Amino acid sequence: MNPEKVVFGFFIVLSLTLNFGFFIGEIDNPDHHHVYELFAVVIVNLIATILKFGDRSQMGAVLLATSLAAMIQLIAATLVWTFAVHISQTGLTPVVMASIVSLSGGAMLANVISVILLIIETVMLRR
Amino acid sequence: MDSIIFLIFRRMRPPLITLLLVYTVSILGLTLIPGQDADGNVWHMDFFHAFYFVSFMSTTIGFGEIPYEFTDAQRLWVLLSIYASVIAWLYAIGTILSLVQDKTFKQAVAENKLARHIRDMREPFYLVCGYGETGSALVRGLTDVGYHVVVIEIDEQRSQIIKLENLRDYVPTLHGDARKPLHLQEAGLQHPQCQGVVAVTNDNEANLKIAITSKLLHPHINVICRADSHDYEKNMASFGTDHIIDPFDTFATYLATAIEEPCLYLLQMWLYSGNEEVRLEEPVYPPRNKPWIICGFGRFGKAVYQRLKKEGNDIIVVEARPDLTGLPAGGVVEGRGTEAETLMQAGVEQAAGLIAGTDNDANNLSIVVTARELNPELFFIVRQNYSDNSAIIRAVNADMVMQPSRIIADKIRVLLATPMLNEFVSLAYHQDNEWACELVSRISALVVRHAPQLLEIVIDDEQARAVVDVLNGGQKVYLKDLLRDPWKRRDHLNCIVLMMQRDDERIPLPGDETELRIGDRLLFCAGRSGFTRLEWNLQHDNVLSYVRLGRVEKHGWLWSKLTKK
Repeated sequence: MNPEKVVFGFFIVLSLTLNFGFFIGEIDNPDHHHVYELFAVVIVNLIATILKFGDRSQMGAVLLATSLAAMIQLIAATLVWTFAVHISQTGLTPVVMASIVSLSGGAMLANVISVILLIIETVMLRR
Repeated sequence: MDSIIFLIFRRMRPPLITLLLVYTVSILGLTLIPGQDADGNVWHMDFFHAFYFVSFMSTTIGFGEIPYEFTDAQRLWVLLSIYASVIAWLYAIGTILSLVQDKTFKQAVAENKLARHIRDMREPFYLVCGYGETGSALVRGLTDVGYHVVVIEIDEQRSQIIKLENLRDYVPTLHGDARKPLHLQEAGLQHPQCQGVVAVTNDNEANLKIAITSKLLHPHINVICRADSHDYEKNMASFGTDHIIDPFDTFATYLATAIEEPCLYLLQMWLYSGNEEVRLEEPVYPPRNKPWIICGFGRFGKAVYQRLKKEGNDIIVVEARPDLTGLPAGGVVEGRGTEAETLMQAGVEQAAGLIAGTDNDANNLSIVVTARELNPELFFIVRQNYSDNSAIIRAVNADMVMQPSRIIADKIRVLLATPMLNEFVSLAYHQDNEWACELVSRISALVVRHAPQLLEIVIDDEQARAVVDVLNGGQKVYLKDLLRDPWKRRDHLNCIVLMMQRDDERIPLPGDETELRIGDRLLFCAGRSGFTRLEWNLQHDNVLSYVRLGRVEKHGWLWSKLTKK
């Protein structure tokens, strides 16, 4: 067992599960989507991205790409949240909430691809 | 290069993750710890403000507590966070800086830059592998005559030295092992402008590897190798290495020539000397049909021995370790040759010549000094192994000095820069000594003290536009026309034609009445800066018309257009 692979797999799966946790619920209901969950998703995704740095293989490159795609959407979601609450002062209206959650949904799709790639890599590993 | 970038990224993981975790914990703590707003109500900091605060916290401590003054609990948390984040930042920045200064990283960046420079080269160049004694002499010789060179050198210090050499051209130098195909490729082996590869490292095995790699990866390229063992020479020749140069065999041939045909030897030395700053060599007359003593029966001793034996000379060999070097047919005197006793045994008093040919310069000098005391009349040949020792070797005033690196460098320079000269010299070997003596006296009339200059000219649009114009006009140009002085046509230019090549025919010393044709190749030889006026004859219509006919026929381009109408 390679401890590096354990940590790597853990963060990739965790970023998907947390993302799913934030995403699930009514899309425009602020009560169903907690800010701490989004925070956790962003942090865990960042860690996963950093862990994917410096992998020479083709698989590593695609994994990094999916992570970057997820990060862009998550950062967009946090920016929308910050803008709505602190700058335009409109608060978390259903419209704003829906766009935040749908952005995180996009990120979740990227995370799903990450996990699928991870599974493919594991399955292809013949020993 | 790619791998190093991945390595850098990989090594950035721990500092980045540390920084990220410290930020996460600090932000999380700030949002969880209750604070008070201006009215004393309980207030929780949100993520936006927490991130803002943490971002400037460690860099600008004391910026202020926003948006409301902190409670003591918050202050305690911020206190801990400050220490944690300052340490994390120092760690991250320190790691990144040390990575940037990392030797392998820097080298990879430099290598990448160099490879890009070589990829972008638009003019023909030669690839020289090995920047030792031979390599440096060769690079200087080639850049002096205007060729571009790329160098690969395995030793880092020597590859740095090239920057201090004050060469005429910028010479990209790759610090790497030329035995590895990757380094040869980086240095431009497969570049369409790469004209040839010269393998002059001090390792036969490496030269062989370079030759194989070059012939496999770029089959039509000119490959020239240094080799000093016959096994390797055969091996190199087996896959089509174009020229293999063995310094010891080459010198043995020179020596045999000097004994049999002193003028031919002198002619070759003059023509090969290259740079116009080089002083002309004095003629030497090694004794013939008299006994010779050879000290050192290594590769050099053997080559000279076989050659002199073939010419029918008596030879006595002095060798310290005959068990290692093998025995010559005539037996051997054991000893280094640095002691009088050994030399006496070898019969130094009756000998005519002595060759100090060990691979140790100090021993060679000692041999010469000792032998001179015993027999001042001897003809001395010294092998010089290191060019640093030039001054002391010159001081013993030997009749001939054999310096392997110079022999190879001169020969390769001639092969690359003036290939016609090489052909001319091999033609000259078929002529007799009188022919060579006459040519030597003609050349010595051209030059004063410095080496003769050589120039190859093709009669074509680029190098002899005026001549081509006249020939296309149906008129004739003779060789004697080109050799007239454009200032005063009755005078002869300070210049002679050594050889003319027409199709596959090679004519040494063509006569003055030879008619020129388009496509002829001419090898000119001239004294110091002797080619300036020749260029006028070749390129300028009016000048050519003056030297041919004694009058200026047409005028400028505009005038000839106007008068035509």
